[in-house]
Amino acid sequence: MSDRITEKLSILADAAKYDVSCASSGSDRKNNNNGLGNASNGICHAYTEDGRCVSLLKILLTNHCIFDCAYCVSRKSNDIKRAAFTVQEVVDLTINFYRRNYIEGLFLSSGIFKNADYTMERLVSVAKKLRTEHKFNGYIHLKTIPGASDELVKEAGLWADRLSINVEMPTEKSLALLAPDKNRADMLKPMQFLKDAIIQNKEEKKLFASTPMFAPAGQSTQMVIGATPETDLEILYLANGFYKKFNMRRVYYSGYVPISNDNRLPAIGTPVPMIRENRLYQADWLMRFYGFKVQEIVNRENPLLDTDIDPKLSWALRNLQLFPVDINKAGYEVIVRIPGIGIQSAQKICAARKFRRLNSSHLQKLGIAYNRAKYFINSDTDFEKKDWQPGQIKSFILKEGNSKYEANFSPQLKLF
Amino acid sequence: MTVVVYDGSFEGLLTAVFEVYEYKLPQPFIAREAATTGSLFGETHIVITNAEKCNRVYQKLKAIVSAKTIKQLYDSYLSEIKEIENVLLRFIQYALQSNFTIENDYTNADVLLIQQTSKKVNREKHRMKAFVRFQLTKDQLYYCIIQPDYNVLPLIGKHFKERYADQRWLIYDGLRKYGLYYNGQTLAEVQMHFEADLNNEKNLATLHDEKEELYQQLWKQYFSSVNIQARKNMKLHIRHMPKRYWRYLVEKQ
Repeated sequence: MSDRITEKLSILADAAKYDVSCASSGSDRKNNNNGLGNASNGICHAYTEDGRCVSLLKILLTNHCIFDCAYCVSRKSNDIKRAAFTVQEVVDLTINFYRRNYIEGLFLSSGIFKNADYTMERLVSVAKKLRTEHKFNGYIHLKTIPGASDELVKEAGLWADRLSINVEMPTEKSLALLAPDKNRADMLKPMQFLKDAIIQNKEEKKLFASTPMFAPAGQSTQMVIGATPETDLEILYLANGFYKKFNMRRVYYSGYVPISNDNRLPAIGTPVPMIRENRLYQADWLMRFYGFKVQEIVNRENPLLDTDIDPKLSWALRNLQLFPVDINKAGYEVIVRIPGIGIQSAQKICAARKFRRLNSSHLQKLGIAYNRAKYFINSDTDFEKKDWQPGQIKSFILKEGNSKYEANFSPQLKLF
Repeated sequence: MTVVVYDGSFEGLLTAVFEVYEYKLPQPFIAREAATTGSLFGETHIVITNAEKCNRVYQKLKAIVSAKTIKQLYDSYLSEIKEIENVLLRFIQYALQSNFTIENDYTNADVLLIQQTSKKVNREKHRMKAFVRFQLTKDQLYYCIIQPDYNVLPLIGKHFKERYADQRWLIYDGLRKYGLYYNGQTLAEVQMHFEADLNNEKNLATLHDEKEELYQQLWKQYFSSVNIQARKNMKLHIRHMPKRYWRYLVEKQ
């Protein structure tokens, strides 16, 4: 018995790990019923050897699948061991892991068996059982199966904190090439439905405090990058659209890990595009927290993010006419755009300068990346300003540090 | 110089601050009992913790700085780092002298240090929320022994009480020799002495619930299955889970 459950867990965790979403924050579910758990924290309980956070028990209900998406390990044509959990097994694992403080909750996805509704119904029943029979208030993230009916998606929202539908590929063309069974309309429809339902729930909540929660942590999506030839421009514009049109909480970028000899895809052994993935996340943060518009980060002249420097630095180098910035006078939203200064440092600078003029030694003690920022600021005269060219500044900055990615740095797709 | 000796409690520290003013102690240097070796050339002033004096300082602080800053002062006290008491004293002196609020004056070394120390303590607090791994005993107690860098138990009780409201649990600080015990209703600080042979993990295992071994096994299996070999990055792994915490992480055994 215990051997079988261990084997199932290894198969169904292994198959779920390519879904990169790990967030367990953004909800505000409290433990009001003297039950188990709450979901208001966002804690990473462990980190795997690849450095990724383990916050939720992330598993598939089953890896049996009727679809044949080329980039997916669970595709129908792949000759692998198949397994399926019972609803009770998932519930027991979740509760027992949670009670031991291993996890923040459950991330449940599934291969598609029979049809979308049949699968979605099973996922919903796990969440419902946890919430109603076990008074479980921990975090639950459910995958929405494309094509599932509105009623099931709606019920999922009543039990889960977050729902997600993966858009999978940055363009419809790539989706058609690699996932012939899927179509984008089936993905966008539930996204729109969820967006409207969440807004409606918020409105009702204003009127009636007793309105039940509906997906309090919103929805997210994910796309695979590096498997198909899209540019960063296409990827980031799509992400921007998701944030703007569907109020997505997060868009995840999953660097393609070669798992197949399919000639439509990069060959096994091709390095995972980790650096590109990292740059996309940096760009994503710039859009969400730093007040950048997507067209400032990528545009028709610059459709690709630089791999050797971060997107904020590349933006600054393209716009040197905006610098140097006077650290003692400029507004917060200008300071936060200076390379080497993050959100917290920008806040500290704005608070501290009310007491006295800040000079370079103050800035260094505050913890900003001064060696990077110094080319872009004007605080006192102790740094001799020269009319550096963008290329010069870039080479000075690059000389100072070694990229942590240099060893596995390869922008090229290996096709054979 | 006057060495001002207090009993190590936060109330004692605030009393000490009060007495620095009350007795106009010259060149005060606050130290906790255990840490003092006596000063060769100076006076020694012994502080006896006094609730009223402590409260006077607390009320004054409330009037001149924000609640957030008072919390940062408390966090810094919990850090137990060397001479932090004197940073606190100078911070309070600076706040009292100024007729404007100084809590965001990060160009002042003490203000910056309090902010940074508080941040370190909170990072450790967050790590304990993450890295506590309960083990279940035969009599259905979930326990965990930790050795945090800073004295963060007082900061994590509320979190665990809210989360594990329906189970009995114990988190024991093996370095500072005290723990938090929740009996299903109330949370209490407990002093306890494990029998010598119970300190040994192997002996503790004999007390385990029959399913404990299975779930530890399953968790280890899960932890290794979710790793993506092609993305291996041990440097990042260790940065997020520093080795000193591994001893109480089931998955790293």
